[in-house]
Amino acid sequence: MIVAAGYYMALAAALFVIGALGMLLRRNVLVMFMCIELMLNAVNLTLISAGRALNDLNGQVAVFFILVVAAAEVVVGLAIIVAIFRRRSTASIDELSDLRG
Amino acid sequence: MTDFLWLVIALPLAGAVLLHFLGRFVGEPRSGWLASLASTSAFVVALVAAWPFIQGGEHSTTVLLWEWMPAIGANLELLWDPLAALMVLVVTGVGSLIHFFAIGYMRGDDRFHRFFTSLNLFMASMLTLVLAGNYAMLFLGWELVGLSSYLLIGFWFTRPSAAAAAKKAFIVNRIGDFGFMIALMLVFTAFGTLSYAGIFERADEVLSVGMATAIGLLMLVGAAGKSAQVPLYVWLPDAMEGPTPVSALIHAATMVTAGVYLIARSGAIFEIAPIASTTVATVGAITALWAATIALAQRDIKKVLAYSTISQLGYMFLAVGAGAYVAGVFHLVTHALFKALLFLGAGSVIHAMSDEQDMHKMGGLLKKMPTTAITMGVGTLAIAGIPPLAGFWSKDEILGSAFADGGWFSALWIVGLVTVLITAFYMVRQWVLVFLGEPRWSQDTSPHESPRIMTIPLIILAGLSVVGGLLNTPFALALEHFLEPSFEYVTLQNPPEGLAMFAVLAGLSVMAGLIGGGLGYVAYNRPKERWLDFEDGFEPLWGTWEQAYWVDDLYGAAIVAPGKKAAEVAAFGIDLPIIDGAVNGVGAAVRRIGELARPLQTGYVRNYGVLFLGGTLVVVIWLVAGS
Repeated sequence: MIVAAGYYMALAAALFVIGALGMLLRRNVLVMFMCIELMLNAVNLTLISAGRALNDLNGQVAVFFILVVAAAEVVVGLAIIVAIFRRRSTASIDELSDLRG
Repeated sequence: MTDFLWLVIALPLAGAVLLHFLGRFVGEPRSGWLASLASTSAFVVALVAAWPFIQGGEHSTTVLLWEWMPAIGANLELLWDPLAALMVLVVTGVGSLIHFFAIGYMRGDDRFHRFFTSLNLFMASMLTLVLAGNYAMLFLGWELVGLSSYLLIGFWFTRPSAAAAAKKAFIVNRIGDFGFMIALMLVFTAFGTLSYAGIFERADEVLSVGMATAIGLLMLVGAAGKSAQVPLYVWLPDAMEGPTPVSALIHAATMVTAGVYLIARSGAIFEIAPIASTTVATVGAITALWAATIALAQRDIKKVLAYSTISQLGYMFLAVGAGAYVAGVFHLVTHALFKALLFLGAGSVIHAMSDEQDMHKMGGLLKKMPTTAITMGVGTLAIAGIPPLAGFWSKDEILGSAFADGGWFSALWIVGLVTVLITAFYMVRQWVLVFLGEPRWSQDTSPHESPRIMTIPLIILAGLSVVGGLLNTPFALALEHFLEPSFEYVTLQNPPEGLAMFAVLAGLSVMAGLIGGGLGYVAYNRPKERWLDFEDGFEPLWGTWEQAYWVDDLYGAAIVAPGKKAAEVAAFGIDLPIIDGAVNGVGAAVRRIGELARPLQTGYVRNYGVLFLGGTLVVVIWLVAGS
């Protein structure tokens, strides 16, 4: 059974919106970080499905690259979150507003 | 013999550098001995190098050490001629004695080694000045002695008065230097070089009378600053804030004679400019009388000697202005001997009196410190011009030369003769006030003779003050003969020929000296109330003299106060509101704009997220709608 690319696109859009809302509404830094990952992978999904629909391998190749870079980014991001948590004993984003103007 | 001449400058300089960096480890009194050794060895080297001149028949030589700026004739080169040799011998000879004296005088000072660092630096600077073979190097030494003089006057810089005196000396000297610098520029314009060799030989063909007069007068400005002549003498009395050996070495025997040396060295230029020479002589005569009258009424033992130095420098200016260069240099030498003696004697007295300098609080010290009293007495007689001591011969040669010049110079001769009388009076007054009469010091001071390291230089200088005049008597003109090669481009003015003339002129000045000294003795060898009455009898003249004609107040009101006012206007009228205002205005404007943008930065990540998302949406919509 072949599913039309439009469904994948719709799923990707739904994932992206969930990620964006979670990013804006949640306070826990760790959850926000996962929301960002969700948005990232939503975009990956669009790339793969577009590549498949257009019969172009470039879409999948780009996703491989993105996955590698994302892995590195996750390491850095988690390290920062752990460091902040150790210093502040909190993971609430509202406590981290030192750069308020 | 001149191969090692550079050592004369290098030895004290090495001493200064060594003591500057390692003086703390060398310690007291060894750093003093080290400095004295450097100075004494320079004297020995100079003596060896000068020996051919003393024997006679040796030519002057120029020793090139390093090509600095050959294009303008400004190299590090030493001119070794009899005049330079004589100056070097005086500087290192008297300087060494003062170094030894200072080892005793500065005992126990916290910065003992630092004192000798500066003292050696001064020696090196002064020797650079007198050994220079061109005006650029002379100027280098000229400024360096100014620097070391500043350092030494302000040696006790924690005293505000000493710090102020050091600044005053430096600033007043800068005024003189300004004139000197312009003179050097004119010399360079006219000759295209600053080297003595290229200047003096060609002076009379290159220089017009006007140009020579301008150069001469501007040099006089510089010389008046360094040698404390009217109207730039005001720094020298204040310079007495320095330790007494400094006053003896720099502000009596050596540095202050740099102006006389400059004019004597530049004789070939002054020869062409009679107006400049006459001005030099007139300034000298006025200074001699002016400072002598002030010296009459001083209470501070060092102030008397300070004004006396100014007055004696006036004599030297009178001599070189009258064309009697040898007489001027002769007086420079004898004055260096007896004035160093008097200053060191005063230092010995101050040392004994636990730093008391007021002569009203002295008296009766003859029995307590006989060596100091007798040697100072010799110095007093020498400066008063009593034969056969040194001062008599040199002063008499100056007065005789001025008399022989005739015309305007006869008037200057009379001024000089009156000054002889006043000089004898105030010097005898000083000696009597300090050493004779009732002891007027308080119970808790116990005066005592100084240690031998201080009295031996006094005795040597006293001996030299007695015989120093024999260098150049009318019966044997040894010094004149010795210096002749240095003055080949000038016609020397001499005292009138003949023994009868000499007897008359010398008789007059000796009489003036004896009358002055006798009056001083009679007036002051009495109880305190009597001589206080005597001084009060001269009011208001006496007060005017005691206040030094209020010249300091006059300069303060006429020059310093307007200067301060101008600085105030510039600081609080221009700098603060306009310049600072503009800078602060720019800062304030940036700050206000920042204030406006500030609320955007809330510090909440979600706000940034919303803005980011919204922005992206706008861009996407714009792209979609645009396509």
